[in-house]
Order: sequence, then C-alpha cells, then structure tokens
Amino acid sequence: MNPFRRSPFVLTAAVLVYIFLYAPIIGLVLYSFNASRANVTFEGFIPKYSDRIVMEGSLVKSSPCGPFHWYCELAKNNDVAEAAGNTLTIAFTATIISTIIGTMAALALQRYNFKIKPFSQLSLYIPIVIPEIVMGIGILTLFSQLFGWVNETFNLVGNARLSLGMATVTASHIAFMVPFVALVVQARLQGFDKSYEEAAMDLGANEWITFRRVTFPIILPGIMSGALLAFTLSLDDFVITFFTNGPGSTTLPIYVYGLLRRIITPQVNALSTVWILVVFTAVLLLQILQNRESKDHS
Amino acid sequence: MTSEFAVEMRDVVKKFITPEGNEMAAVDHVTMQIKNGEFFSMLGSSGCGKTTSLRMVAGFEWPTEGEVYIEGKAMGHTPPFQRKVNTVFQNYALFQHLTVYQNLAFGLEMEGAKEDEIKKRVGRALEMVQLTGMDRRKPKQLSGGQQQRVALARALVKTPDVLLLDEPLGALDLKLRKEMQLELKALQQQLGITFIYVTHDQEEALTMSDRIAVMSKGKIQQLGTPVEIYERPNNKFVADFIGESNFLEGKIKSISQNEASVFVPSINAEVVGLPISKGLVKGEEVIVSIRPEKIHIAEKDSINQNMFRATVTNTVYIGVDTKVFVDVHGAKLKVWEQNRISRLDPKSFYSVGQEVWLMLLPENTIVLRKD
Repeated sequence: MNPFRRSPFVLTAAVLVYIFLYAPIIGLVLYSFNASRANVTFEGFIPKYSDRIVMEGSLVKSSPCGPFHWYCELAKNNDVAEAAGNTLTIAFTATIISTIIGTMAALALQRYNFKIKPFSQLSLYIPIVIPEIVMGIGILTLFSQLFGWVNETFNLVGNARLSLGMATVTASHIAFMVPFVALVVQARLQGFDKSYEEAAMDLGANEWITFRRVTFPIILPGIMSGALLAFTLSLDDFVITFFTNGPGSTTLPIYVYGLLRRIITPQVNALSTVWILVVFTAVLLLQILQNRESKDHS
Repeated sequence: MTSEFAVEMRDVVKKFITPEGNEMAAVDHVTMQIKNGEFFSMLGSSGCGKTTSLRMVAGFEWPTEGEVYIEGKAMGHTPPFQRKVNTVFQNYALFQHLTVYQNLAFGLEMEGAKEDEIKKRVGRALEMVQLTGMDRRKPKQLSGGQQQRVALARALVKTPDVLLLDEPLGALDLKLRKEMQLELKALQQQLGITFIYVTHDQEEALTMSDRIAVMSKGKIQQLGTPVEIYERPNNKFVADFIGESNFLEGKIKSISQNEASVFVPSINAEVVGLPISKGLVKGEEVIVSIRPEKIHIAEKDSINQNMFRATVTNTVYIGVDTKVFVDVHGAKLKVWEQNRISRLDPKSFYSVGQEVWLMLLPENTIVLRKD
C-alpha cells in the first residue's frame, strides 16, 4: 500500500482542493433557490406553491413553481431563450464544420510528408497558446476591414451590408476549435496501425471504401472526443464571442455578462445551474467515450 | 492460368530514404520465379528485404527498379485492390470493430458477391480453419491462435491465386506454431494455391517449403529446396545462418575435376577427397565447412582417411543430442552426437581431456569460396 494514501496531509489537501473547486458551484446552485430577489444574502428557500407570485418587499413568499420559481421566470424570459438558441446554433454548426476540417488536417499531417509540414503542425498549436483576447481582436480587425472594403466597393446598403452577427461568431469559433479537434484526432491516429488499411485494400477495397469502412470506424471515438471538446469550448466561449458578435447574435455568456452589469437576480443562478448541467453532461459523455477508447487500446 | 510462374520478380530494387536522408536499398536486384502451386519461403533475419519483397508482390510498395509479375502480367503501379493475391498479416490486422463473420465477408462484399453466396463461402472458410460457430465473436474475444486462423480464413475466402504470408505464426507459442506449420502445409497442398511465406525461423522454412530463398542485405544468398540449402549451402553466410557449421580455413593443395584436397593450417593436416563446386583453382584460399552432426567420433584410429586426433574440452547434454566440444591442435570444433542410447551411465559420456578420433566424411564436407 502506498504510504501517501493514508497520510492526513494528503487527505486534507485533497479535501481543500475539492472545497475550493466545488464550493462556489454549490453556492451558485443554492442561490438559484433564494427567496430574496436581491440575491445578496441567502434568505431561505421559497417554500410554498400558490396560484400566483406573492412578494413581500424583495422576498418571494410563494410561487406557482415553489422553490423552482427562478427557473420558471427563466423559462418565461425570451431574451434567455434567444441567447440559448443562438449559443446552441453556433456550437452545433461550428462543431460540425471544425470537426470535419480538424479531422482532415489530422489525417493529412499523419500520412503525408510535405515541405511545409513542420510549419503546418506549429500553426495548429498557435491558436491554442495565443491569448484569446489577441485572437478576438485579430478576428474583429479582419472582419471590420474586410466588411468595410466589401460594403464600400459593392456599394451595399441596408440589410445587404455585411456586419457582425451569427455568421462571424460561428466563423471565429470554427477558427479556434479546429486546432483542438485536430490535436485530439492526431493523438488517436498516433496509435493507428497502417496494416488495417492495407488489409482492407488487400481484400479489394479502394481508398474511399477503406476510409469509410475501416479507417473512419476505428478513429471515430477520437473524432467524437474532439467534437465534444470543441462543443463545450464553443458553449462557454466569452472573449472571442465578445469581439465578434453583433445584433441578434447574443450568446449565453454575453447575455449573462450583460445581466451582471445591471442587477444580479437568482435568475442568473438558475441559468448558470442549467448551463452547468448541460456542460457536465457533455463532459461526462466525453469521459465515457475516452474510457471506451482506452479499453479498445489495451 | 496463362503463365508457368505464379509470381516473378525481375531484377527488382526497392530504395528507401532513411531518416538521415540517405538512400538505402532494402531489396537489391532480386530475381526469382515462383511456380504455380509452390510453397515458397523467403528466409532471413530482420532487415534482409524479405518483407519488402512480399509487400511489393501485394502492391503495398512499388519497386524503384525492375518489375513484379503476377500470373505473367507486369504489375507496374497496380494498387493492391486490383491484384489477385491476398495477404495474411504478421499482426493479423483483423478489423476489431467487426465480427469474425463480417471480417470474412468484407472481401467478398468488395467483389460484389450476393448475400447467400457470401454466407456459403464464409461458412466453408470457417470450417476449413476449424472455427465454425465463432462467426459472431469479435476478434478481441478470440485466442491468439484463433485470431491467426481468422486472418488466414479472411484471405483464403477470396480464393486468391497466390497467398502471401508475412510471419503469420510469429506471435504464437512454440507448440501451437509447430501444429500450425503442419496444418498450413496440409492446407496448401489440399487447396493447390501458391503460398509465399516470409519467416526468420529456419526450422519453419525447412519444415514447410518446397523451395526457400535465403536472403541477406536485400539480396538472395541462395535459392533452392530445403535439402539443397542445408546440405549444399553455396556460401559461408548460408552455411552459418541455416543450422550450425564448423568452419576451417585452408588452401587447395591439389584439385581434380570433381575432388579437391585442402590443407588446413589450424589442424596442421590435409582434408582429402572433398567434392567441389565449379570455378575453384589450385592454391585458392577456401573454407571447409562441416555440420557438427556429420562428424563421427571414433575411439581409435582405423585406416580411414580424414581422421584427426582431438581432445574433448566439454560436453553438454541437451536431451536429444550431446554436444561435444573438441580441440584439434588448437582448432575448436563442435560435434553433435545423437543420444541413441541412454546416457544414464556416466561412463557413456566423453570425459573432459579424453583423446578421441574425429572422422570427416568427404561427401558431408563442403568447400566454400572465401569471400
């Protein structure tokens, strides 16, 4: 038995780390049931169910939803619904496109030797290590310059004018997601035995059938891990989205940031709780996939 | 079949670029003709070019120079999926995400075979390798030996003209390997298709092959039947690589049309009446090669030629043989003596320091050119 496992020091350290990591999240979830509208101190749960909302000063006494009052308020909030819709639309679109591009990049880097290969490999790492704000400003500059030039050159007016919106947010998300997908898929390809492809061709399959029926199923768990990682990154991206969004393309992180500048109601906590659940589920799925993948390798 | 030869390699060279940027010939001007229905082995240690040669027949690599012919047709840059050969891979390369049945059906689907035909042929192939009833298993759920059989069945179900086998038994334990050797040979004779077999295991090659190409450094050192290769190696590499040999350096003292006498300085004696190959001349430096099991130990001098006095330096009992190490005027020789009688009596062993006589039979002794 490892002596460290019994050490009280290690145990204490572990407990402290867990408190530090999870206490804020537990607090956040707890406050989403707060009776107080001001949400500065916890004034107890909203216990009673009733036909209508009963307020006493800033305290909610009873509500048709009981303790889930703020969740119901959230559901009624059209702005939140719109922001959530935008977030998911962007995340899904960007995930699909970046997964395809990232996988193709990983495959190309794995199997072909070309002159600019070291440069291509390096260029994959740069978007990951570069500060997001730099990338955000860079993309914003690109779009505004490009759109300005196009609008002027083609004399575009009114709705035809190119401007920041869903498309620019999606495009910028794809830009930062591709390297993550490519790296995850590349890691999976590292252990890929070329003889599977040779066997398929030996049995009469051409290149395309070999990819579709042999290569792709084998690397699929890696592609899925990459896609899920990209998806969760897109869901909670703030910095890049902040620079590239426009009217009608507010995402949840941008919306929450906007709320915080005005008043923090427990609605924000309710929203965050739902959000945590979504991301948690995605991460759990990722974990299960990776476990299955490592079992396949052993 | 239009051609006499199932596979032919004509002056094939395959060059690779090493990571340091140098050009290296993995296969260096190899020419061989493999007959229809033959069990042909390429034998050599790793890096000798045997696997690269096989991969060029399969179509995974293309020759830098020369040409590979299958059934008389030049292959050029024909991709693997258009060649009527199939491969059994060293690591089996079974598709892990498919069942045994789906693995076997894969190649037939590529041919466009109908569902009921696939079913019939897969069933027959599984029967042939004694895996009936395993069709729903995934490769992971099978033992190494069973996986090997699936790999074999997957290639054979395509009824290829030529089956290529790349060290297919390498991952199996010794006992299973020996069983599979005989089974493979029987299967090959029963099906009558050409097998090209790559191995580094000389016993495996000798057991199964009709003919063997012994390879080293990208070149064929000798091509012949197992008996020819073992009994008449044509150079020191082959004599050393296949089995074991004693080598004595000497000089041809006299030579006739088919016999020579060689003076061996290390034992200070002449070995006479040795059969020779063409082209040797009087005075040439040569190597006399003799297998350890072909030296006879006699207790006292009889009137035979080629008898030499020796001292026993060590004996090792290994069950089937006793290895006797002797010293002839300073030259160290090894002699294997089969344990035809029980060695339970300690007196039946040679003792260290014992004087014995060694007898070399000329017909078992080979004169090799020194190179």
